[in-house]
Amino acid sequence: MDFSVVASNFQFLVVQGLIGIGPFVGGTLRLAIPAIVLGFVLGIFIGLARLARAPWIRLPATMYVEFFRGVPLVMVIFWIWFIIPQLLRLPIPEYGVALTAFVIFEAAYFGEIVRAGVQSVPRGQVEASTALGMTATRTMVWVVLPQALRNMVPALVTQMIVLFKDTSLASIIGYVDLTKAAQIVNNREIKPFELYLFVAVVYWICTYSMAVMARRFERRTA
Amino acid sequence: MPRQASQGGVAGPTHPPAPAPTRRRPFQVNYTFNWSVLWSGQSGQWLLSGLLITLQLSALAWILAVVLGILSGALRTVPLVPLRWAATFYVEFFRNVPLLVWMFFWYFGVPPLLPRGVQDWLFDHGVEFWAAIVALGVYHGARMSEVIRSGIGAIPKTQFEASMAMGLTTFQAYRLVILPVALRLIVPPGTSESLNLLKNSSVALTISVAELTFQTRQIETYTAKAIEALTAGTLIYLALCLSIATIMARVERRYAIPGLISRTQAG
Repeated sequence: MDFSVVASNFQFLVVQGLIGIGPFVGGTLRLAIPAIVLGFVLGIFIGLARLARAPWIRLPATMYVEFFRGVPLVMVIFWIWFIIPQLLRLPIPEYGVALTAFVIFEAAYFGEIVRAGVQSVPRGQVEASTALGMTATRTMVWVVLPQALRNMVPALVTQMIVLFKDTSLASIIGYVDLTKAAQIVNNREIKPFELYLFVAVVYWICTYSMAVMARRFERRTA
Repeated sequence: MPRQASQGGVAGPTHPPAPAPTRRRPFQVNYTFNWSVLWSGQSGQWLLSGLLITLQLSALAWILAVVLGILSGALRTVPLVPLRWAATFYVEFFRNVPLLVWMFFWYFGVPPLLPRGVQDWLFDHGVEFWAAIVALGVYHGARMSEVIRSGIGAIPKTQFEASMAMGLTTFQAYRLVILPVALRLIVPPGTSESLNLLKNSSVALTISVAELTFQTRQIETYTAKAIEALTAGTLIYLALCLSIATIMARVERRYAIPGLISRTQAG
């Protein structure tokens, strides 16, 4: 075992692979952060749509969630990879394909979290705001969602960690994230055990610190 | 029989997408469907063998995951500190790292470190399949352990104290009192975790295990009919997941302990 291979390629692995600055279009963080934000925003809409009273809003949202929760993410990535160029008649870079796939896929999971969060807000809150003369939209935005968000934090962070880990699958279609960077280095150095163990530790540091921060946040707001 | 996808659709090679000759017209689908690629030639055979490999891989990995999950989940609640630490380390490290990294780790990283005889046997018996089982099993074992731990945590502490008072040893208390109840409590989260395992088995295509997603890609490569091939694979996964979820919902109702389970929507 010879971990000097990690030291000599540290810059490529971390700066190119994790952060995304370098000759390749890549970076785990550059993919994960927009995917988390956009996936959550789309998830809010899907979660609320699942709670809608009108069936023509509720049923499509339910089908969306059930479909994407029953299909592997790898499959969704391949779908986007083949379909979007067909539709737009344009070559789409790996970054766009991966981001689209993650947002669409994870929105189904975020939607379920949002739905559970909104349902956890006591019904009296809605009744009280209606009594105060607020419209349904204002009730949702100013009364229900802020309280629901606080209840959602643990599940949301878990899902963010899952998404962060899932971004490694973007390397299948050639996006140079941390995993792909390790593959590239390994092709030259042939030190798989050391390299993949190092990558595992880097992922672990990122996800574990997310979990610790979430725990601290929970304690402060609880 | 080939069908025209839209008016003005021209039959011809569609993949990779050919650039429009004169001007680009986005959103005009120029794709000829040909569903017969799914049953002509070897496609059907490929899909079937892919499905079988997916099921085998998932079943073996599931057994490993459940064994590891029960072991480490139970160890995390015992009074002995070093055992608890070891189990905690296993769970926190393995479940917080992407499955894909573990696939590469177990496939590329570990076999060269094994003794010669083991290596030879592995390379004769499909090393990628065994690496995928270990990667899936160890990763999901860590996640399963969290499920089991929360199940054990949901059992009142007095049950353990009562078994101690009855003169059972710690091991007996776990085997006879805590685990039988905990296992029933965890049917719903355990099911969704098992379905995650089934879906995650598709990651094994990266180390060239010929499972369902891999075969779907193969059909796509041979026939250049991406949408048909992906539809077939997607429908098979959907059918698998939905039928397992339905069966487990029935099992859950059958084995529910009245009064102990607050029935929640199973995911």
